[in-house]
Amino acid sequence: MKAIYSLMCLLMIVSLSAQDRYLTRTGEITFFSTAPLEDIEAKSDKALSIVDLAKGQVAVDMLMKSFEFEKKLMQEHFNENYVESDKYPKAKFSGTFNPSDALKAMEDGVYELDVKGELTIHGVTNPVDTKATLSVESGKLKGEVKFNLTVKSFDIKIPSVVAKKIAEEVEVTGIFNYEPYN
Amino acid sequence: MKRILNTLLLLLATSAMVYAQEDLLDILDSEQEEVETTVSSIFKAQRLINGHTVVTRKAKELEFLISHRFGRINGGIDQFFGLDQANIRFSLEYGITDKITAGVGRNSFEKVYDGFVKYNLLEQKTTGTPVAVTGFSSMAIRTADNFAFDDDDFNSKVSYTHQLFIARKMNENLSLQLSPTFVHRNKVLDTQKNDLLALGIGSRYKLSTRMAINFEYYYRLTEEITTDFKDAIGVGVEIETGGHVFHLQLSNSRSMVERGFITETRGDFFGGDIHFGFNISRVF
Repeated sequence: MKAIYSLMCLLMIVSLSAQDRYLTRTGEITFFSTAPLEDIEAKSDKALSIVDLAKGQVAVDMLMKSFEFEKKLMQEHFNENYVESDKYPKAKFSGTFNPSDALKAMEDGVYELDVKGELTIHGVTNPVDTKATLSVESGKLKGEVKFNLTVKSFDIKIPSVVAKKIAEEVEVTGIFNYEPYN
Repeated sequence: MKRILNTLLLLLATSAMVYAQEDLLDILDSEQEEVETTVSSIFKAQRLINGHTVVTRKAKELEFLISHRFGRINGGIDQFFGLDQANIRFSLEYGITDKITAGVGRNSFEKVYDGFVKYNLLEQKTTGTPVAVTGFSSMAIRTADNFAFDDDDFNSKVSYTHQLFIARKMNENLSLQLSPTFVHRNKVLDTQKNDLLALGIGSRYKLSTRMAINFEYYYRLTEEITTDFKDAIGVGVEIETGGHVFHLQLSNSRSMVERGFITETRGDFFGGDIHFGFNISRVF
């Protein structure tokens, strides 16, 4: 009995040191807004993300200033007037999903997941509930997600004079090519 | 003995578990590298009041600037507090590269044409470079005759201004600028000097994400015999709506060309010789 107990304890330690966590520093996040007068697109390829397959947890952390726009002036307005990057430098997401045993074992395949979590932008946290995929191909883990968010829910104000240029709803896409992380 | 070992193992396991449960966001926080970024929006426009700021247009951006200066508000109701008289300056200013901007303008006051080139030498960084620095050179040609000059040929109508703008965004709301200035006028009256040095001081204080208070003062370092001219002082409100920047301001100068407002401001600000004016800037 005591031997089993000891074995269990040992197993717990061993299981914890297994490769469950994957991280990327070059996550691509794009947002796209389409309004009557103007389409706005911005991209960052410097988002940090980590996923824990054993626990079914995922997190994203990015600097708002890493978003690049085609028009520099638009980028300045985005940082200065809308998301106030000096005051709120980061966007953060932390969520959970239900990993299948096959995903935990990193078997090749595409895994559709329901991710629930909380997204913080502009100092405001909102719940996010979205579909995402994790795909495993010859030991490489890739995550993809696409969801919509409303600008207003993050307390980002759009003055009426530019309302025709900036959409209320923004489509966010994320692509993450993870590497093992210890 | 075995019991102690078991307890130890259990402790080890739980401590490892506690470690494992640290928030993933905390891990990312520690992984996020400190990046050096450029401090943006030190000023929102290329002008503070009359004078330039460190700001240059980015590549391929075209700015159309319309500025008005009315007469003196102490002209009273007879002059409708200065609004009866107005002079206007139009200019087109283009970003050749992210660092170099060139512009041409015309000011109805003294019918002056001006052209300038601005070069952004340094950008303020979050770590490292503490200030942004921009060099500026302009040439202005007065086409209205000055009857005070006996022989007012083309040569005597030309003046040059060279400035260095050194600015720093002190915090989220306050930006300051120093502007050492050299003005050369090809021809002046006997009481004036051809070359004049001045030091400009400017500030912008943000009241909200779209509104700010601007202040500008040009202190003339070169003494002239004449006391007709005063240091240029200006204070204004800046309102920004994506793409447009509006300035509503009060200043004691009438001209919107460097030579004019830095060296030949006639109004006594504290004596009420104040001109209401506005700038409307549109970037395409």
